[in-house]
Amino acid sequence: MAQKTIANVTVSINEEGYLENMSEWTKELGSELAKEEGIDITDKHFEVIDFIRNKVEKGETLTIRAVGKSGIVNIKEFYQLFPGAPLKKATKISGVPKPTSCI
Amino acid sequence: MTTNEDYPLKKVCIICAKGSIEDVYASLIMANGAVMEGIETKVFFTFFGLDAITKKQMKKLHTGTIGNPAMRMPGGLPFPTILGMLPGVEAGVSAMMKKQMADLDIPPVDEFLEMITAGGGEIYACKLAAEMFKLKKKDFSDEVSDIITVGDFYAMCNGQGTQIIFT
Repeated sequence: MAQKTIANVTVSINEEGYLENMSEWTKELGSELAKEEGIDITDKHFEVIDFIRNKVEKGETLTIRAVGKSGIVNIKEFYQLFPGAPLKKATKISGVPKPTSCI
Repeated sequence: MTTNEDYPLKKVCIICAKGSIEDVYASLIMANGAVMEGIETKVFFTFFGLDAITKKQMKKLHTGTIGNPAMRMPGGLPFPTILGMLPGVEAGVSAMMKKQMADLDIPPVDEFLEMITAGGGEIYACKLAAEMFKLKKKDFSDEVSDIITVGDFYAMCNGQGTQIIFT
């Protein structure tokens, strides 16, 4: 387990850069993590992040389809907000574990 | 001369030539999974695989209940082939497969195609098979980019880090 100082706080991250403990996440931290992924964070990003964090807190499986049905973004917009690998990027920025879903 | 350099997968070109539920979903799940990872993705549907992108057929895919040694009854007992011949059994088994997939948040075929194209994946129909089954562009899902030849498809499969997958 590695330590990393982001946005003036020291957090534990795993070897892939995901936060070990989702409760250590703050909005400022999210903005910094987004920057590392080359994303300028907007309110829309935070809405998606809130949705993801809620879903993970409830212990539900996170899929791209679920984000697409969230009412916040459709799947196309999700890909635009987090270009490349949206679910992996969005979860990393949200401070939750890497999703294990294949869909 | 060999090198140990590791090239990440950049593009996958997936060919779906069969039209049963499990064959079509294998292609769709592999394709969508690639799109989700940021891998450029092209899917080529041919022969009976065309059912998956044909508006009239895409919601009526079945799984074969005859000649499949891996088929089991609920509970794990072998599924007798003779049972698979009875009217309605194939429909029942297919409905059950679809229900089990829906429980895992696996979308129906039409929505799955939309998910793939929403992420930048591309869907193509085989020209020769389309001619054989007398299908036109209008018969296919709106997610289908084009009807192309095998040569056109191979031309898209260029570049280092590209793999062709035949499901």
